[in-house]
Amino acid sequence: MTERTPEDTRGRGGLPGILTGLATTARTAFRPSHTAEYPDVAPTLPPRSRGVIALLEENCTSCMLCARECPDWCIYIDSHKETLPPTTPGGRERQRNVLDRFAIDFSLCMYCGICIDVCPFDALFWSPQFEYAETDIRDLLHEKDRLGDWMSTVPPPPPLDERSAEPAEVTAANRPARGTGLVGKAPSARPPRTVRPRPVAPDDGSAAEDPS
Amino acid sequence: MSALDLVLRAVAVLAAFLVLPLLVGQVEHKVMAHMQGRLGPMYAGGFHGWAQLVADGVKFVQKEDITPRAADRWVFRLAPAVALVPYLVALSLIPIHPGVAAVDVPGSVVLVLAVTSVGALGTLMAGWSSGNKYSLLGGLRAAAQLVSYELPLVLAVASVAMAGGSLSLVVLAERWSPWWLLWQLPGAVVFLVAAVAELQRPPFDMPIADAELVLGAWTEYSGLRFALFLLAEYAGIVVVSLLFAVLWLGGWHGPFPETLGWVWTLLKGLLVAVAVIWVRVSWPRLREDQLQRLAWLWLVPLAVAQLVLTAAGVVMGW
Repeated sequence: MTERTPEDTRGRGGLPGILTGLATTARTAFRPSHTAEYPDVAPTLPPRSRGVIALLEENCTSCMLCARECPDWCIYIDSHKETLPPTTPGGRERQRNVLDRFAIDFSLCMYCGICIDVCPFDALFWSPQFEYAETDIRDLLHEKDRLGDWMSTVPPPPPLDERSAEPAEVTAANRPARGTGLVGKAPSARPPRTVRPRPVAPDDGSAAEDPS
Repeated sequence: MSALDLVLRAVAVLAAFLVLPLLVGQVEHKVMAHMQGRLGPMYAGGFHGWAQLVADGVKFVQKEDITPRAADRWVFRLAPAVALVPYLVALSLIPIHPGVAAVDVPGSVVLVLAVTSVGALGTLMAGWSSGNKYSLLGGLRAAAQLVSYELPLVLAVASVAMAGGSLSLVVLAERWSPWWLLWQLPGAVVFLVAAVAELQRPPFDMPIADAELVLGAWTEYSGLRFALFLLAEYAGIVVVSLLFAVLWLGGWHGPFPETLGWVWTLLKGLLVAVAVIWVRVSWPRLREDQLQRLAWLWLVPLAVAQLVLTAAGVVMGW
């Protein structure tokens, strides 16, 4: 066991190497193992884990952006237009999209998350829930209600890192109103900072609301 | 020896033959897992996966027993039995308690060595009859390895037989003294290395090197016959470990040998088995040429030197 071919001069080789090997395995044997006993003990997943995609149906406007951006076309959306009567006498009739079907085929999904990124109305969310294996591949097609059920498993967004920039929404809300603070004007003539742009009141009640 | 006595001994040996290899296999599962930072089987049977190998056995029985069309049918089917039965015979010869062996024959040392060599014939038969070039290569490698390592193995055992002045395992174990631990140390090392090589266990598993030969002589086997080969391997570990415990570690010598003798023998055997497993986990496989160099350039000279040392000791009356 101590033999070495003449050309083999790497490492210590020989007997010390052999004994080091024994010592290493013996030391490992008496250390706690790294095995996570998964079905008994739930794994601690890192924040923003990609388990399943949840749908917040109220936020969806059937704009089809997600379905069109999906690289493997695993999102199916059916919708129809509905005409709403005018809210004021003599007013104009308004049309809105009504979502009939929203389905994600998780047997095709590659979990890229592009649909979630492109959604302009925050209707799609990542959930860390991953235990939805099926014995029949067709059952991996999650329809609207099942996707909606996943919403309860969506965690609140993780806190921002220390000294990170403010979220875009907060920055936008704190920006001074347009048309003020023109160059050359005296600073005293500036309107107070408390004047902020107010969002226009939504007409169909589908305003972006915090999902969590 | 009455008929009842005979049946009792046969049943006891058979029970040991079926239980001890599984025990060693389970120990291997667990020890290897922990040495690799894992837990090993945890589910089968409830408590730390104690029934894992029973479950494996049930699985093997359910699998299809395939005989390849190109195979030499009868040799192919007989090979697992040829590999397994010799270890059963060997196990029956090993004494575990003062004066107690299932079969106590005068030349049991010779018989054990002869019988364990037959076990290797099973591998050779399997390799030759499978009709598969990987099996054949594995079988031939096994033959080369067994020819090389049989010699140091026999020489090492011969040294102990000389020191004890007997060819009976029972007598040898009786005459063992702690002084042998030092006196017979080179022979013990030679025996252990050669025995692991005889069993074709890592780091001497060239015949079944799975990266090169699929599974060597076992490639074409499936179901119960494959399980029998596995059982033969673990039965081989049991036989070798107990033989080492009896010849070099003094078998039943320990506190209260009259009542606890068998416990000491089994405990020492288990210790050797764990060492065999430990070596398997720690070291990489030897190349074919390294394997032969080790046998002929190191083990054989060392075994001969041990023989000379023992002869000198016997003559001088140590």
